[in-house]
Amino acid sequence: MGTTLGIPLSLAIAGIATGCVYALVALGFVLIWKATAVVNFAHGELMMLGGFSGLGLVALGWPWPLALAGAALAGALFGLLAERVVLRPLLGQPHIPIVMTTLGLGFMLKGAVTMIPGAGAETHALPTPFAGQSLSFADATVAADHVLVIGVTLLLGTVLFGFFRFAPLGRALRATAQNPRGAQLVGIPLARMQGTIWALAAGLAAIAGMLLAPLTFVHAQMGLIGLKALPAAVIGGFGSIPGALAGGLLLGLVESFAGFYAPEGVKDIAAHVLVLAVLLLRPAGLFGRPQENI
Amino acid sequence: MHRALALVVLLALAAAPAMLSPWGLSQLTFVAIYVVAGTGLMLLAGHAGQLSLCHAAFIGVGAYAEAILHARGWPLPLSLPAAMALASLTGIVAAWPARKLSGIYLAIATLSFGFIVQEILMRWEAVTGGNTGLAVTRFDAGKLYWLALAAALGALWLLDRLLAGRLGRAFVALREDATAATAIGVAVPHLKVTAFALAAAFGGLAGALYAHQLRFISPEQFDWVMSIELLMMLVIGGLGTRAGIVLGAAFLIALPQAIALLRDALAWETPPAGIELFAFGLVLVLALRWAPAGLAGWLKKSPSL
Repeated sequence: MGTTLGIPLSLAIAGIATGCVYALVALGFVLIWKATAVVNFAHGELMMLGGFSGLGLVALGWPWPLALAGAALAGALFGLLAERVVLRPLLGQPHIPIVMTTLGLGFMLKGAVTMIPGAGAETHALPTPFAGQSLSFADATVAADHVLVIGVTLLLGTVLFGFFRFAPLGRALRATAQNPRGAQLVGIPLARMQGTIWALAAGLAAIAGMLLAPLTFVHAQMGLIGLKALPAAVIGGFGSIPGALAGGLLLGLVESFAGFYAPEGVKDIAAHVLVLAVLLLRPAGLFGRPQENI
Repeated sequence: MHRALALVVLLALAAAPAMLSPWGLSQLTFVAIYVVAGTGLMLLAGHAGQLSLCHAAFIGVGAYAEAILHARGWPLPLSLPAAMALASLTGIVAAWPARKLSGIYLAIATLSFGFIVQEILMRWEAVTGGNTGLAVTRFDAGKLYWLALAAALGALWLLDRLLAGRLGRAFVALREDATAATAIGVAVPHLKVTAFALAAAFGGLAGALYAHQLRFISPEQFDWVMSIELLMMLVIGGLGTRAGIVLGAAFLIALPQAIALLRDALAWETPPAGIELFAFGLVLVLALRWAPAGLAGWLKKSPSL
């Protein structure tokens, strides 16, 4: 990659790959927010849980694609459980106690995973079937893992788009997100929809956890990524699904380029500088509606 | 009844240096410092309704200011107000994007602001010493206790006075309905900046005392988890009550001790790492589920008190 175009192109692909993971996590934040008016601060930990379940399944000898599906399923079941046991009893409470509850749930998950004997406190590699391979594309060299991450995210995005647009359950979920009371009036079971959204968002988070593994490894602290995906969701305009995806991709790209061109440390706070800059100029985010008072 | 209780508590606090072991006294000093920090956050989050996730940044700025100024020979009557003023200035900067924000947008803006301040503390090595941290001049433990106690009582008194006045009523109006507050003539953006500046000044004072209490500070102490802990302290104590600040601070300091006792009682050879974090989260979830009005609300409800 000696030419001038090679490096920016490689950085862009790497940035988009990381941005895809941010986008998946940010999407989970937004889905849960829209359907239940809860900002789930445990979402990063749900992603971490997905990384560890995938790790366990691969250790049991499952092939990677099957482990991905298994981790997503386990994550979805856990999301269902968390919504039913921890969050549903709090519905109708003010904002701050609910936010604190999700933080508490996140601390519990991180603590519980760290306690797993012999595995919880360590950093693990979770190689994909394409680990170590790279593709040459124009002047750039691109890790096959990055292409895999982008591909899986594109596939998921398409499936989700179709699901929300055409499937009866997806349409019911969208109605719930847009207007819970109105949805209830036309006979949509609200409680079941909220559980379903949690399952969906937690499943996505688990997939994000496995996709993040080739980029940053699997460890108990990886849930901290959630604290970057949350700004990404806000950059796009919290509550907007395309906004969450755009915010995630933008953040991935900015981080990738800042890591190469900017002084050390800038990459780590790029998410935070970006979100403050966007909020200063557009207080409702790039795609949010200004009057939304949330 | 309340006066008698207050008198007993004050007498106990006055007798504490003579009665308690050095360790016990230092724990009590920590409680007092957290009360100071909690008072600021209570004003901001509890009364003015601004969910701020960067209180640790204000504490950190206060701690670093005090550590650096004290090392240069500034006497306390100068260095403490300077630390408060610097922290307050940080609060005004934090409030700049926050003026127009509310709810989740405000929470994320403040969370991000906290990360940026922490990164500055890490990278500005010429002044802060970076990640290696900073040693703070030793300070007599007894004197520090009296100082922290005076700061805590003063902060609580000041909060009381503030809330009784015009500014306090404006804060509550802002919390209840920003639009209605604007309609009755409250300058909302200005008021938000004021709330952040005041809360940060309390945070700065707490940070200055914290630096002397710990005798060593480093940037990672003032991370987002500390901001969350402070919020958790207020929520568990009882949001919007003054008793809640004190009960919450005592709870926050006692919790690690309780977990350590539990660990000893279960006689683990090597306690698994992560148990403290797990217990912390569990207590938070259970407390919010069964006592959403906090310890203060729970005590009020129980008939014996």
